[in-house]
Amino acid sequence: MNPFVYRRAIDPRGAIDMAARPDACFIAGGTDFMQLWKAGISAPNLLIDISRLPLTAVERHDGGLRIGALARMSDVADHPEVRNSYPVLAQALLASASPQIRNVATIGGNLLQRTRCLYFRSGSLPCNKREPGSGCGARDGENRLHAIFGASAQCAATHASDLAVALVALGARVLLASQNGERALLLEDFFRLPEAQPEQDTVIAPGELIASIDVPAAGTWRSYYLKVRDRASFEFAVVSAAVVLDLADDRIRTARIAAGGVGTRPWRLRGCEAALIDAAPNAATFERAARLAGEGAQPLRHNGFKMALLERTVLRALQAVRGDL
Amino acid sequence: MTDHGDDQVMVTLRVNGCDHEVVADVCATLLDVLRDGLSLTGTKKGCDMGACGACTVLIDGRRIKSCLALAVMQDDKDILTIEGLASGEEPHALQRAFVEHDALQCGYCTPGQIMSAVGLMQEGRATSGASIREFMSGNLCRCGAHPHIVAAIAQVAGIVP
Repeated sequence: MNPFVYRRAIDPRGAIDMAARPDACFIAGGTDFMQLWKAGISAPNLLIDISRLPLTAVERHDGGLRIGALARMSDVADHPEVRNSYPVLAQALLASASPQIRNVATIGGNLLQRTRCLYFRSGSLPCNKREPGSGCGARDGENRLHAIFGASAQCAATHASDLAVALVALGARVLLASQNGERALLLEDFFRLPEAQPEQDTVIAPGELIASIDVPAAGTWRSYYLKVRDRASFEFAVVSAAVVLDLADDRIRTARIAAGGVGTRPWRLRGCEAALIDAAPNAATFERAARLAGEGAQPLRHNGFKMALLERTVLRALQAVRGDL
Repeated sequence: MTDHGDDQVMVTLRVNGCDHEVVADVCATLLDVLRDGLSLTGTKKGCDMGACGACTVLIDGRRIKSCLALAVMQDDKDILTIEGLASGEEPHALQRAFVEHDALQCGYCTPGQIMSAVGLMQEGRATSGASIREFMSGNLCRCGAHPHIVAAIAQVAGIVP
């Protein structure tokens, strides 16, 4: 465990100014950082405490919802507007981690959590994400929990966040603040594919701070998050699906589906979406769409079972969002 | 919070209603400072990685894992540990229920289980056996006392699990 210097930021500008050096790291809830630091995976020289910055509000914005980056997972899950208009968000949050973790962990930190790949977390086994150039232990090793979408020869680690899957399905944007001002981008584009640089999970630059997450207006959307895991609670997803549908006049007007546990980042299932749009929301449509979930997948030795599991997870989530279950 | 160079810091922790000034390593967890700095050893260290829940305490009324919290970040907050739960000689209702239901074997996880149960009840999640099981998932008992733990919490909540 490398020692660090601790500084507390009193406003966002101060936090950003302090972070303008490559060996600095923000801490808010700290639930993932502390694990990474104890395992020797994260070793910043400067730790900047942003936990008391005023970025915790959840409020209406542009017809949708603006979620402060420092809002706690449990508070967002309990927020009336989230529960009523964005059930997929509340469900994804309540299926994450444990109550104690959710009371502390923030929305921004959740999006920046590192993968649960055992090679990455081991601290000593080969892992290009942890130690560039050391190789990928999972590719020819134990890869039951690894990605079937988006992997490269360098990395097949899945993205661990449930919340990110739900937010990608909702078309959320992330607002980043830095010394150069602010920029907003689709959360989907915030996460990087591993390609040749798996050590970079996202496009966030040193000195950039997540300020908020903006979720579009829900209108008449219905949504649902289904998480399938190896035990009933307090476990990461083997496969998950976030489904957002807008049903009108016996026709599916909008369909957005993202999957977790299967991709190196939250994975949009565009083939499924295309098969749903303008179709009638009935059992035959849902079955036809769900069969397309594995399109383009490239399973590894131990994770081929995720193909069928993903199809069934998408189908059940579609049935649930229509109220069949 | 006063700086003592870059490695150590003087931090005032309000634990069970009393202010304690401690000089702590800036890298020290709240768990280690409670146990080693304040000799409040009721809070237990199990996995030290946020998985087992033995280190659960309440901060400003919310249950958290003290092994994943830096002590230096906790000044001006109300910290409640198992030592502060009873009213004098009168045990908390959950402490009494754990005894009555034999909700432990070795007892190592028990302070964390009880503090987590206090948080669960304040969150309004003790509504059914299924809800208690789901919202106690952050506390593991390797002796396997979970059914008795659920029964103890259900009794205090006044529900049939």
